[in-house]
Amino acid sequence: MSLLGGAWIIARKDFLVEVRSREMIYTTLFFAVSCVLVFAFAFVPQGKPIPNAASGVLWVAIAFSGTLALGRAFERERQGETLRALMLAPIERASVYLGKLIALLALMVLTEALLVPIVGLLFHAPLARAPLLLAGLLITGTVGFATVGTLFAAMLVRAQSRDVLLPVVLYPLTIPVIILGVQGTGAIFAAEPNLALAGNALAMLLFFDAVFVTLALWTFAHVMRD
Amino acid sequence: MTAGNRFVPTLLIVSAGMFAAAPYIIDTAPYESTMGLVQRIFYFHVPNAVLMMVMSTVCGIASAIYIARRWPKADYVALAAAELTVVLGVIVLLTGPLWAIKSWGVWWDWEPRLTSTLIMWLVFSSYLLLRRFGGPGSELLAAAVGIFGATLAPFVYWSVNMWRTLHPKTSVLPSLPGPMAGPVIWCAVAFVLLYTAVILLRVRLESTRATLERAFLLLEED
Repeated sequence: MSLLGGAWIIARKDFLVEVRSREMIYTTLFFAVSCVLVFAFAFVPQGKPIPNAASGVLWVAIAFSGTLALGRAFERERQGETLRALMLAPIERASVYLGKLIALLALMVLTEALLVPIVGLLFHAPLARAPLLLAGLLITGTVGFATVGTLFAAMLVRAQSRDVLLPVVLYPLTIPVIILGVQGTGAIFAAEPNLALAGNALAMLLFFDAVFVTLALWTFAHVMRD
Repeated sequence: MTAGNRFVPTLLIVSAGMFAAAPYIIDTAPYESTMGLVQRIFYFHVPNAVLMMVMSTVCGIASAIYIARRWPKADYVALAAAELTVVLGVIVLLTGPLWAIKSWGVWWDWEPRLTSTLIMWLVFSSYLLLRRFGGPGSELLAAAVGIFGATLAPFVYWSVNMWRTLHPKTSVLPSLPGPMAGPVIWCAVAFVLLYTAVILLRVRLESTRATLERAFLLLEED
């Protein structure tokens, strides 16, 4: 079976489980929204948001809700004792990783589809200024975050105190991606927009995505072999 | 083994001698006109910063070897290099602001090189946290962190040239005047000898610890 064919089977399995239980989608969306609301209380005094807060709030909410979803994605396999079955599946190891990544990306993009309008509304962010560039930054940033996240969530699944260790490992490694995302979206949202800077951030995010995906595939295949 | 036993003390003695002489060597360098005495931090700050980068790369390569081949020795080297990266990070991040307050007028600035050095320090601290609290099997996980951390290292080096920045460019080093270059090289060699000795000692300690643990497990089985 091809690499992507196997990945699609794993991703479809996750979609199916999710459609039946709706556990992750409800909890992640609810958490993301309440996260933004807390920020709105802090950063929108008297109806006027603090300048340039929108991009930071958006990315922090994405990172937090992403971490929550990541923990859950593999915890479910562990609780259902399906981890061994997943590893014994007659597909390549890289397919398992890619399938999990696709399922997580779908969930995170869905969360962002809800988060972005809410942040735009509460923080007066001009979403329509460069919609394609904004979407590009969000997608490349999410891919960068999720590739590293899926790898470490998968490896941590059997470790002690994994709930604490996932963010401990994940945030330092993904800070460059989050900084670039904040910088790029901030440049779009600013009172004097700088689209060239946002384009630059997008190019560098693409570079990071390529590096992270390559490293993650190699590491996953080697670490998960026993 | 005996050669190895003599090698580390030799390294330590030579580097101690070089450090003892370092103040006199540094004193031969000319006074930098605008920063005066504070510029002398340079002779410790720069070698440590460069070696921090080198150590993170060593950790990355050793981690990759460990993941691919599972040689225990590679894991010990990775651990030693990661610990040293964190220690050097502390030195760099403490001497940097001391210099910055004098030359830029601020302790800290969120410019790319400072930020990325801090990120590297965080990454390798998380490596150590993972090893400490991850339980059995955490060496593999930590090795993955090491690989990812090391790929960030070149990014740290070039970031200064990519963005507009306060921090001096990396092209400063080759263009140093001779009287200043000598002391930098002197200090760099002293630090290299010291840290090589530290790594060798740490690897030996870790491999002894692992042997002891294996012996203990065998004893328990009987």
